[in-house]
Amino acid sequence: MVTRFLWQGMTRNLRLFVLLVLAVGILVPLSNLLLPADSAFRMPSWAVQLVGKYLCYASLALAVDLVWGFCGILTLGHAAFFALGGYCMGMYLMRQIGTRGVYGNPLLPDFMVFLNYKELPWFWHGFDSFWFAAPMIVLVPSVLALALGWFAFRSRVTGVYLSIITQAMTFALLLAFFRNDMGLGGNNGMTDFKDILGYSVQSDTTRAVLCFASALALAVFLVISAAIVGSRFGKALTAVRDAESRMRFLGYRVERYKLFVFVLSAAMAGIAGALYVPQVGIINPSEFSPGNSIEAVLWVAVGGRGTLIGPVIGAFIVNFGKTWLTGALPEVWLFALGALFIVVTLLLPKGVVGLWNQFMNRSRERRARAAA
Amino acid sequence: MKAPGITHARSTSALLYLSGVSVSFDGFKALNNLSLLIEPGEMRAIIGPNGAGKTTMMDVITGKTRPDSGEVVFDGRADLTKLDEANIATLGIGRKFQKPTVFENHTVRDNLLLALAGMRGWYQLLMAAPSKAENDRLEEILSIIRMGPQQHMLGARLSHGQKQWLEIGMLLAQNPKLMLVDEPVAGMTDVETETTAQVLREVNKSHSVVVVEHDMSFVRALGVKVTVLHEGSTLAEGSLDQVSADPRVVEVYLGR
Repeated sequence: MVTRFLWQGMTRNLRLFVLLVLAVGILVPLSNLLLPADSAFRMPSWAVQLVGKYLCYASLALAVDLVWGFCGILTLGHAAFFALGGYCMGMYLMRQIGTRGVYGNPLLPDFMVFLNYKELPWFWHGFDSFWFAAPMIVLVPSVLALALGWFAFRSRVTGVYLSIITQAMTFALLLAFFRNDMGLGGNNGMTDFKDILGYSVQSDTTRAVLCFASALALAVFLVISAAIVGSRFGKALTAVRDAESRMRFLGYRVERYKLFVFVLSAAMAGIAGALYVPQVGIINPSEFSPGNSIEAVLWVAVGGRGTLIGPVIGAFIVNFGKTWLTGALPEVWLFALGALFIVVTLLLPKGVVGLWNQFMNRSRERRARAAA
Repeated sequence: MKAPGITHARSTSALLYLSGVSVSFDGFKALNNLSLLIEPGEMRAIIGPNGAGKTTMMDVITGKTRPDSGEVVFDGRADLTKLDEANIATLGIGRKFQKPTVFENHTVRDNLLLALAGMRGWYQLLMAAPSKAENDRLEEILSIIRMGPQQHMLGARLSHGQKQWLEIGMLLAQNPKLMLVDEPVAGMTDVETETTAQVLREVNKSHSVVVVEHDMSFVRALGVKVTVLHEGSTLAEGSLDQVSADPRVVEVYLGR
């Protein structure tokens, strides 16, 4: 039954795309590990790390698309769920440092010693074990999404008001996490990680595995999202997006549909954040900044809202552009981002994937005409 | 799904019982002490000039608008003023809107599938495969509304008349005890209007129906009891000939 469920949404294009994602996640790290250093096909370590980072962003974009593209909830705070997953991972990684910290305290992370903490805050207990941290990575963002969604959807907060609430949520978290007495590293956040599951986070092998894990997570999210979107639930979901009150009059409890995808999407974002942190080596409150959430929405818009492949492509295109421009012409990046937003809204309402589909349809018609 | 909030508000044999219902928006009385009784199996036409409160009445019955005062009882047991839209729909009241609102990005068949009575829980829908019975029922409805050939067309691409038909099909799929049909022939040609009247009479054999309509020839074609609304309350009730002979009705329609 579960296999049938997972299989029902897999169109041919999507199957190929999932294979492509997995191929990237396998070939990029393998080329780094196996090929000799002077080979032209060898990916340098920084590139493996970069691809791993992009894959995490792509998962975040897919999570945003699931609620925005398929259910019409324009979330402007999804980076908060990403960051919360990241913080859970960061707490685990901090506890792994142990006595190798600057102060050599076996229990307290460096920043706590520095801030004169005498004992570990209660919410840090358990994070020394990966098997405690792993479920937290999913639970913490989900529970926040459940609480926010429960009140917002039940009170029928929709449209721009909901966007504002999600934006306010991530901003509130940003301010909270900046505080030193929050016990999560204040504005410096957490960094100087050493090990993950006993392997050094700096080593090429660990990076390779993390890059593959990010690809695997994205592939799994794609399959799950496709199954949901392709099911009868998915039909109801897009119907809620298009005509919410009509669905109520048909007897659907619209708020439950919204809540389910919102929570699922938050969990996906949390996992993506947790995979992101060991690859970039730091987590700090700036991850909560409203701009991050808006950028994630932009990735989806560029790639193609309401498609499954679109957000992944959008995340790669925009972030590649960002990496390149912030290196080559750092002062131009924000202008480019603004321009991109305008261009996509005006000229590409269905994003890159929409453009591609349009092109394919046209050439198909031309061929049909030529044949006739 | 069991609808919560079913209260034994009042025992009555009527399918729908409205008594003393008042609704006001910013001081404007949209409904003013309205009373209405629909018997099981009945078809009733509701007419009235613009602003008479016809749509507000529908909104109150379907839970979109809460009345300021008055009783609204369905099936002799459910107090509709305490339930929301989804609960009321589950109890068995279906509604067709004045402006056809079909799901534009879904095919005709999917529109009907979404309306089909039965599954409404999100966890059920995740795993649901369309059953044989459901497919048969869809085929049946498609043939009643004569849209079999268009079943894979997107809602957005239908003509106005086709959307109206699809709406009626969705009501059939929902299989409610009581159908509220708001202006079903608005924008239809004479032939389409005639066919719609036939379909509604057919539907009335197994469902109770309340039709709101401006089109007098259509109401005449239905040949059922008529309620005239004016300024939020009942002005007259009876056969079309009776009410059109009523001087008060004439005055309301023709002005003084």
